[in-house]
Amino acid sequence: MYSKQVAEHIANPRNVGELESPSGVGDVINEVCMDRIRLTVRVDGGRLSEAKVRAQGCPPTIAAASVLTELITGRPVSELQTLGRADITDALGHLPPAKKHCAALALEALREALDDIARRASQDDPA
Amino acid sequence: MPIYLDNSATTATAPEVIDAMLPYFSEESGNAQSVHSFGQRAKAAVEYARRQVASLINAAPGEVVFVSGGTEADNLAIRGIAEAHREHGRHIITSKIEHPAVLATCEALEAMGYRLTYLPVSGSGLVAVEDVASAISDDTILVTIMHANNETGSVQPVEEVAELVARARASGMDHLHFHTDAVQSVGKITVDVKRMGVDLLSLSGHKFHGPKGIGALYVRKGTRLGKLFYGGHHERDRRPGTENVPGIVGLGRASELAREQFGERSARLRELRDYFEREAIGRIPGVLINGDAGRRVPNVSNLSFHGVDGESLLIALDLKGIAVSTGSACASGSLEPSHVLTALGLTRERVRGSLRLSLGAYTTREEIDYALGVLEETVAKLREMLPAGGAELMDPTAF
Repeated sequence: MYSKQVAEHIANPRNVGELESPSGVGDVINEVCMDRIRLTVRVDGGRLSEAKVRAQGCPPTIAAASVLTELITGRPVSELQTLGRADITDALGHLPPAKKHCAALALEALREALDDIARRASQDDPA
Repeated sequence: MPIYLDNSATTATAPEVIDAMLPYFSEESGNAQSVHSFGQRAKAAVEYARRQVASLINAAPGEVVFVSGGTEADNLAIRGIAEAHREHGRHIITSKIEHPAVLATCEALEAMGYRLTYLPVSGSGLVAVEDVASAISDDTILVTIMHANNETGSVQPVEEVAELVARARASGMDHLHFHTDAVQSVGKITVDVKRMGVDLLSLSGHKFHGPKGIGALYVRKGTRLGKLFYGGHHERDRRPGTENVPGIVGLGRASELAREQFGERSARLRELRDYFEREAIGRIPGVLINGDAGRRVPNVSNLSFHGVDGESLLIALDLKGIAVSTGSACASGSLEPSHVLTALGLTRERVRGSLRLSLGAYTTREEIDYALGVLEETVAKLREMLPAGGAELMDPTAF
């Protein structure tokens, strides 16, 4: 049912935790099944330098949260806006059709974190 | 090392069983209905196996009907009684925690106009005998309550229900019958149809180290039963179709092994299971036993791990070569949890965190120790992943 990649991320989740004084936070909940992903990221010089994640829920939610941190770390923030659901499912091999929403939740956490980065930046720089 | 702890799903066929079956695929490949010597030897093998099965459950050989497995046995019992006794009543009593082979059959009859009562269970997963008593009415033709539950292993008060049915029958309810699905209990605890007082009992070969595709329905002598299939006059006219001779021989041998090794096997499994649970609860915080810890088959442990998804545990354990199962499954974003654990009134979180380990004749202490180590490590990793606040989920009192 699940790919080797999903199983591997479940057994060994990557970048688990929460950053202190992050540049942005994305904390999202799927109200249907109450799965939750909390992503904290740090940005240095326009590049996402560090990401930590915590997650609760079914296996693909844990795996999507874990793989997301690998996909975004080290990349320019400007590139991350174009990251799509397929990028996450591809990185996990595949997800069953009924589980695609788990990848969507991870993406939502990223979008919220990116919005938070922008919001904090505009607050720091009241032009 | 591959470790199989999912023996409630199916078991490995015992080498002795395979040895007994092998000749019936080749040199002894006769049809048990044929008149020639090949047929006679096949027929003798079938009848020998019938005696072996009958002996295991204390039935008369003529009361054992070979079928394809547990699902067919349940269907034949329930639909057979419904069809043969419909002119006397259309009410059937069952429980909410039955196997789908019983529940779906009951639902199909309900759609055909039968009246069904689905009895609730207590928090430890047991049907109350008083509930059965108050559900019985003049038009009740069948009570079907499982012996041991497939998810929790809880053993239902089958003897007490049988007494109730016997009393009702003595007071004139001639058409009331009692069926029990004993697929999970045969070979694990004493299954004695006389002592239990049942009219019909289902069993399945592959659940106790026999082959897949073979089972039996015990039908008490004199029970009027409709048919699922039409054809020849096999199995005393109860179940047509050429006999699955190798399967039947295998079921017979597995029954004999179960009878010979029963006491020792059950005691060993109980000790291993209890050891597993003591260690799991001692080493991992926030673990609870689901079902009735006292009244259950000796080989099943259903535990909930607070704050952790059972399916995630299953996947991580599988990666380390350990096979278990879970009652939690989430599809399309909405939980479709185990109907059994839900009927016990467990919280959604507890159902979600549930994991079933089921031991078999070949399970060793070393395997249990390895599984404990992997389980402890995996639960810790998954809990570390929990968002802030998740740590308090590990308090079992809030579970």
